[in-house]
Amino acid sequence: MDLKASDRFNINSQLEHLQAKYVGTGHADLNRFEWAVNIQRDSYASYIGHYPILAYFAVAENESIGRERYNFMQKMLMPCGLPPERDED
Amino acid sequence: MYLYSLTLQRPGGVVCATNGNFVGGKTQEIVVARGKTLDLLRPDESGKLQTVLSVEVFGAIRSLAQFRLTGSQKDYVVVGSDSGRLVILEYSRERNIFHKVHQETFGKSGCRRIVPGQFLAVDPKGRAVMAAACEKQKLVYVLNRDAAARLTISSPLEAHKTHTITYSVIGVDCGFDNPVFAAIELDYSEADLDPTGQAAADAQKHLTFYELDLGLNHVSRKWSEPVDNGANLLVTVPGGGDGPSGVLVCAENFVIYKNQGHPDVRAVIPRRADLPAERGVLVVSAATHRQKSMFFFLLQTEYGDIFKVTLEHEGDRVSELKIKYFDTIPVTSSMCVLKTGFLFAASEFGNHALYQFQAIGEAEDVEASSATLMETEEGFQPVFFQPRGLKNLVRIDQVQSLMPIMDMKVLNLFEEETPQVFTLCGRGPRSSLRILRPGLAINEMAVSQLPGTPSAVWTVKKNVTDEFDAYIVVSFANATLVLSIGETIEEVSDSGFLDTTPSLSVSLLGDDSLMQVHPNGIRHIREDGRINEWKTPGKKTIVKVGSNRLQVVIALSGGELIYFEMDMTGQLMEVEKHEMPGDVACLDIAPVPEGRQRSRFLAVGSYDNTIRILSLDPDDCMQILSVQSVSSPPESLLLLEVQASTGGEDGADHPASVFLNAGLQNGVLFRTVVDMVTGQLSDTRSRFLGLRAPKLFSAIVRGRQAMLCLSSRPWLGYIHQGHFLLTPLSYETLEYAASFSSDQCAEGVVAVAGEALRIFTIERLGETFNETVVPLRYTPRKFVLQPKRKNLIIIESDQGAFTAEEREAARKECLEAAGMGENGSANNGDQMENGDGDDEEKEDALSDEQYGYPKAESEKWASCIRVLDPRTGNTTCLLELQDNEAAFSVCTVNFHDKEYGTLLAVGTAKGLQFWPKKSVAAGFIHIYRFVEEGKSLELLHKTQVEGVPLALCQFQGRLLAGIGPILRLYDLGKKRLLRKCENKLFPNTIVSIHTYRDRIYVSDIQESFHYCKYRRDENQLYIFADDSVPRWLTASHHIDFDTMAGADKFGNVYFVRLPQDVSDEIEEDPTGGKIKWEQGKLNGAPNKVEEIVQFHVGDVVTCLQKSSLIPGGGECVIYGTVMGSVGALLPFNSREDVDFFSHLEMHMRQEHPPLCGRDHMAFRSAYFPVKDVIDGDLCEQFPTLPPDLQRKISDELDRTPGEILKKLEDVRNRII
Repeated sequence: MDLKASDRFNINSQLEHLQAKYVGTGHADLNRFEWAVNIQRDSYASYIGHYPILAYFAVAENESIGRERYNFMQKMLMPCGLPPERDED
Repeated sequence: MYLYSLTLQRPGGVVCATNGNFVGGKTQEIVVARGKTLDLLRPDESGKLQTVLSVEVFGAIRSLAQFRLTGSQKDYVVVGSDSGRLVILEYSRERNIFHKVHQETFGKSGCRRIVPGQFLAVDPKGRAVMAAACEKQKLVYVLNRDAAARLTISSPLEAHKTHTITYSVIGVDCGFDNPVFAAIELDYSEADLDPTGQAAADAQKHLTFYELDLGLNHVSRKWSEPVDNGANLLVTVPGGGDGPSGVLVCAENFVIYKNQGHPDVRAVIPRRADLPAERGVLVVSAATHRQKSMFFFLLQTEYGDIFKVTLEHEGDRVSELKIKYFDTIPVTSSMCVLKTGFLFAASEFGNHALYQFQAIGEAEDVEASSATLMETEEGFQPVFFQPRGLKNLVRIDQVQSLMPIMDMKVLNLFEEETPQVFTLCGRGPRSSLRILRPGLAINEMAVSQLPGTPSAVWTVKKNVTDEFDAYIVVSFANATLVLSIGETIEEVSDSGFLDTTPSLSVSLLGDDSLMQVHPNGIRHIREDGRINEWKTPGKKTIVKVGSNRLQVVIALSGGELIYFEMDMTGQLMEVEKHEMPGDVACLDIAPVPEGRQRSRFLAVGSYDNTIRILSLDPDDCMQILSVQSVSSPPESLLLLEVQASTGGEDGADHPASVFLNAGLQNGVLFRTVVDMVTGQLSDTRSRFLGLRAPKLFSAIVRGRQAMLCLSSRPWLGYIHQGHFLLTPLSYETLEYAASFSSDQCAEGVVAVAGEALRIFTIERLGETFNETVVPLRYTPRKFVLQPKRKNLIIIESDQGAFTAEEREAARKECLEAAGMGENGSANNGDQMENGDGDDEEKEDALSDEQYGYPKAESEKWASCIRVLDPRTGNTTCLLELQDNEAAFSVCTVNFHDKEYGTLLAVGTAKGLQFWPKKSVAAGFIHIYRFVEEGKSLELLHKTQVEGVPLALCQFQGRLLAGIGPILRLYDLGKKRLLRKCENKLFPNTIVSIHTYRDRIYVSDIQESFHYCKYRRDENQLYIFADDSVPRWLTASHHIDFDTMAGADKFGNVYFVRLPQDVSDEIEEDPTGGKIKWEQGKLNGAPNKVEEIVQFHVGDVVTCLQKSSLIPGGGECVIYGTVMGSVGALLPFNSREDVDFFSHLEMHMRQEHPPLCGRDHMAFRSAYFPVKDVIDGDLCEQFPTLPPDLQRKISDELDRTPGEILKKLEDVRNRII
């Protein structure tokens, strides 16, 4: 099936719109690292948002809930370590 | 299977709190979010915190803010939740509800990364509110007033910035200039792209000011400046004439004052002297105190120390920032300074407290200042301090919180009528074993012995206008004793009462005369001392009496009723006689309604199992209006009038009505509504109260009519927040009771039981459980019951803590340094056990409960095994584990060879670390023997294993242990445990093991349940079924042969069942399904269990148990959660009920959507679609609906609102 030029344009622009609006919307060239980083950030945000989970972690680590929340926020910066070297091609 | 879910104990933990003037008027209230519920609290005159309102919102509340429109008298609450909506609430005093003023949708529901709701900030002048997400999105809403002075809200203005993490947001106080919001932000876009790590290392947090231009209706980034990379929290500094404006940035170890166009003013936060160097000091909560002339801030660190921060300023130039040590209280999630001089401290874990300010930290203390800040090569010079006793605050009230419940068991160890709930609660030094009993707590004021066994007791006033009672009258088999109430309670003989005869009733008659009814007559004692005596005709005696202030009915032996009324002159006149068919079992007259001459109804119970309502109107006096037959002869009757009310302080609208209550001889309480006009009875409800026929007495609770029912245990029926509640009292069996009011005790009860007279008050109305607290040393992990001796064995462990000996040594050192020397050491012995909560008076220098344990390095563990006698609360044996070992699992085991009888197995880990990678030096399984009649433990041997043994269980005379992914069977050897068999095929880590017959149910930390079998002949353990859904299990319980109940980390409870045909096949197969086992696909088991029940609780469930909380009640699954709530899931036993409740739930969803904007169905299906569970918490909101809505729903269900209420009450009564 061949798509019309206008359709193609349409799908691309829609995707771009989604990517701009919703952080973490994937694309065809998404690599493993980007995917993982996104998942991790989502997880940390979820932990911060769900207070009972935060408290559960705090009990396990014997830290205060405030400290636990701060630690998770700090980890959102680099959740999966350094990004891999990019191939120049 | 269909289940009815009901929360029995609302969560105790507090997520966030805000204070303000929500009711209007001068009082200060606190709005508290407890995860799923929103509470309004108010300190009363005596400084006790009262819950004015508590609403379940079916969503996760994440943030709260309070604002007031200029010139208004009342504050609004803004709620940020997981609903993707901003909700503004107003408290309505008339109806005692939160009224939703606005609900603005801005995004998807759920706690998402870029959907606002995590942070809320309001402009101090109430002109705008900002809702922010963890990342990217910030929305500003403009608040205004329309012509009718109603609150209006604009459409949102965006202040988004992509690739930016937000740490904190507040509104800057800049008077009536354009509203400004400040945020701590971190841009990660470059760090994500730079493989060298340079960008990540250079990533810098910024403080950004967003200005809302009210003229242009536009938000712009006004100013952004780098800020300390440890910044985590912002605090508004008063401005607009009251202060310099700007913000305080709380960072790790520092507090920095910042404002646009102002140089930074920085000071260090003082450190505890014993803090390891690796640890920073982080501010976790903050409160501001503002007066006209001055302001200061209270900042609390993660260790519980509160610092007072003050600013030296001239105009808007800040010259110095001072941080002074204030006091130390348990770490809070939120603090509120009330204008009335109170500090509400919402603890992270354990009980919350209300403190009163004694001083505001003016005295000399350790202080850090920006002026003396020293910078050296290693950074800024720290300032040290030593925590001390409270100087500025004094605790005046506590609010109970079970948070976090770590483990729970429902047992009847004390052989009481109902089982007790044993919960392990709290963390670190504030941990405790709490024994919960369903019922209200009572406070015993006095117990005094009487010279014989009393049969009845009354209290009586001398005059109707008196505030307090004058006499307590006690009747014995052949005498009457009169006690006068004054400073003390003492016997008197000048009261005019006849003391040589037993009494049947004593009461106030008319305005100021007293009446004593005894078997041979009525004695009427006039105010001036004249005595009128009425004698029974012939040989007849009076058997029963019913009276109110103006009317008396007596029943003579043989069944004759005589009715007296008080005339204008205060004379008691005989009005009418009536012959009943047989002896009268009991009778009662309702109190005279306000503004009326007489009460219209007389209720008479007969031994022929009937209750009759007779009229007392002159027109149809002694006519029978209605007859009700009951299941057993009535023993006691009480007509209870419920006054008409239109909400107000205590609940919803209800018209005036009269209830007839009857205690039947078979122990059932029978309640029915009496029609106010015709006297017809309708809407009957009955409830089994206990083994003895309930005796009913009227009482006063919070100024309203209530009912005491004395069966084999006492009960109280009262109205709480619009609901009629019938709750047991946690007290012994009582014989007879009366309400009691005196100078010392406004609303008490006097009762007789045995040979004693008891006076008590009822506390904490509205609570489901009352608790007995036994303090523990470290965070409790698990506990087991020693079956024979009924002792509890509790394992406790804490990471990053010092052992008791190390703490003791450090304490001595510290006390010696402080020059306390020998004096302190006597106290220290007790200090090994952290003190119980009440002895705050005791001058102990460093109570761990208040100050927390000193922090050790994170790889250090402290742990103990405790044997506790639950009856006395005494610890009979406490083994502190040495050498950095921590206990994680425990079970009792009877090995095949019966040499030792019951042994205790404890799984421990040595040097466990979670970060940077989970690692463990060694794991051990300790085997202990019970000695000294189970009171003490003796180590038999210790077996090293390769991982952490997180699960232990007895199985066929051997011990099953889950060690990481290995399930292993051990037998007892002389020197160590002997491996018999193992299976290494579990996916991650085994967290619990249950066994039943030859099946083993293993829970994996991440992969739900695995059903296993053990074949003795081949000595093999194999998995024959598992779950297809990954579940991060936090709790599990065995329900039946094929069914398991589990709870996962995300707050879901679910049941799985092995299909019947698969189960049969496996049982019939001679190989036990082993052949099939070898054919599993993709590393899974050949058979899959099916999910039969699924429900999102919205809170991490940590323990599950199948049990019944009342005798004869249905078995239900009881769960406890991290936030400290206790809930139950009750299976329905008829299809009809399922239909009824699912329809009611459906209508409630439609007509009464949750308060914070989360869709109810979506909330209960947050992770998996809800399956076969009806939400009782939603159904129980039915009585809070306005009457027309109630009628609408009940019409749809083809019932009356009364029938629905009865159904709700019935189902609750089957649980508790």
